Amino acid sequence: MFSKILIANRGEIALRVIRAARELGISTVAVYSEADEESLHVRTADEQVCIGPPMSARSYLNMESIIDAARKTGAEAVHPGYGYLAESGKFARACREAGLLFIGPSPETLELAGDKIRAKAVIGEAGVPVVPSSPDGVASVEEAAGYAAEIGYPVMIKASAGGGGRGIRMCADEEALREDFPVARAEVKAAFGDDCLYVEKCLVDPRHIEFQILADRHGNVIHLGERECSIQRRYQKLIEEAPSTALTHEKRAAMGAASIAAARAVDYLNAGTVEFLLDRDGNFYFMEINARIQVEHPVTEMVTGVDLVKEQMRIADGDRLEYTFDDLNLRGWAIECRINTEDPDRHFLPSPGTVAQYRPPGGFGVRLDTHLYQGYDLPVFYDSLVAKLIGYDLTRAGAIRVLRRALQEFTIQPVKTTIPLYRKILDDPAFQQGEIHTGTIKRFVPDEEDDDEDD
Amino acid sequence: MSKRVEVRAPMSGVFYRRPAPDEPPYVEVGDTVKKKQVLALLETMKVFQKIKSPAAGKIVEIAAENEAALKDDDLIFVIET
Repeated sequence: MFSKILIANRGEIALRVIRAARELGISTVAVYSEADEESLHVRTADEQVCIGPPMSARSYLNMESIIDAARKTGAEAVHPGYGYLAESGKFARACREAGLLFIGPSPETLELAGDKIRAKAVIGEAGVPVVPSSPDGVASVEEAAGYAAEIGYPVMIKASAGGGGRGIRMCADEEALREDFPVARAEVKAAFGDDCLYVEKCLVDPRHIEFQILADRHGNVIHLGERECSIQRRYQKLIEEAPSTALTHEKRAAMGAASIAAARAVDYLNAGTVEFLLDRDGNFYFMEINARIQVEHPVTEMVTGVDLVKEQMRIADGDRLEYTFDDLNLRGWAIECRINTEDPDRHFLPSPGTVAQYRPPGGFGVRLDTHLYQGYDLPVFYDSLVAKLIGYDLTRAGAIRVLRRALQEFTIQPVKTTIPLYRKILDDPAFQQGEIHTGTIKRFVPDEEDDDEDD
Repeated sequence: MSKRVEVRAPMSGVFYRRPAPDEPPYVEVGDTVKKKQVLALLETMKVFQKIKSPAAGKIVEIAAENEAALKDDDLIFVIET
């Protein structure tokens, strides 16, 4: 095993990686911006190197500066965390060229996974179900209606040029499609100067189900079960859990096998996540592959007992995966709340400031991954995710009880956080029944339409 | 009768005078602005907010530097109405 690792990140994930490395006897190097001198990851690591000014573009995204820090400290490996440079093929390549071990997939896989359309095509060819759509571009309303009949209503008409919701039309039936197609085409032509449209199956209130995967250098690819991440706002996950109430044993096996096939199709290495949408009829469709450790990885760790960050280091070092999903003794239920310093009553407006009062929860079944401490000054330059609170118990109802109790104990003041929102969701009967989908959040937050009311 | 109207930061954040690095600033000193016209952007924890003019008038002072980290209530613009 390598003896020194540089963590190219900040916040809770930098701490998470430092802790895993320390348990493996690996010495740690933190990098930090001028705004992060007082951050916990800097204090916790064995060595620390300042890599630039506060703005991420000049520090945490500054490849040269980070690689330089690794060289100076003699680090042999780099863990990118999530976000920042984690999925940058260019950074992975720069590490390789500098003789550093990048803890993640190859630059080639990162580039393929990052190109969502190409990834979908490659993974679809490998036999993994993808959201059915016309193969890029329908020339006429007749052709559109033909494809729609084939894939089944409702369908979405989308623009190839895409962006900002322009040209997107949901059509419940053929009549609506015949009416909307010309309108969508005109709108797209005006917006992008290109009127190429395609037809895609529209899933009504699907669930977001993703599978954790691990792949070693010896051709072993395994999955570690699913995470349910349907509670999300604007594609940002808020609550995640493992397992999901929506999967039977058979469905889990089928989706697990599809995840492994997807990983193999892109020649995956290290830890990753394969994301699916699951419709009401139990059909699942590949969405994308996230080529990194994810924010919500702890829920999988809690139910499998596998430390995913340590596995990342072990695999990167050339170790073999000598177990599969069937060898894991899955036990209990874990639910995570992402605590952001945002005001849920004011359209999730960020709430920076000093954490004058900090009282973390504890006790049986509680895991807290955070970089907060009493008196910490939240920098305005970085993400508002400040803590991940995970409740664990043998049953889902028990995990909800643990989490509600922990949220009640958790004090972060005077900044606003999403804690009150999570209390409401956990008290909700439908949530408690596990009846959730990607639209569930709408019942708990003000109408999205109001966001820019004075524009 | 002209009046001085101050525009202050609604919260702490990074101040941007331009919509993008390669585009011209939203406003310069001496420009006439309308009420609710966008004057600048403020980035707080990766969220961008538009700083809008509270009144119609003329920009007489730009107190904040582009890309500066502002504190809550820092003076940004002075507008003469």
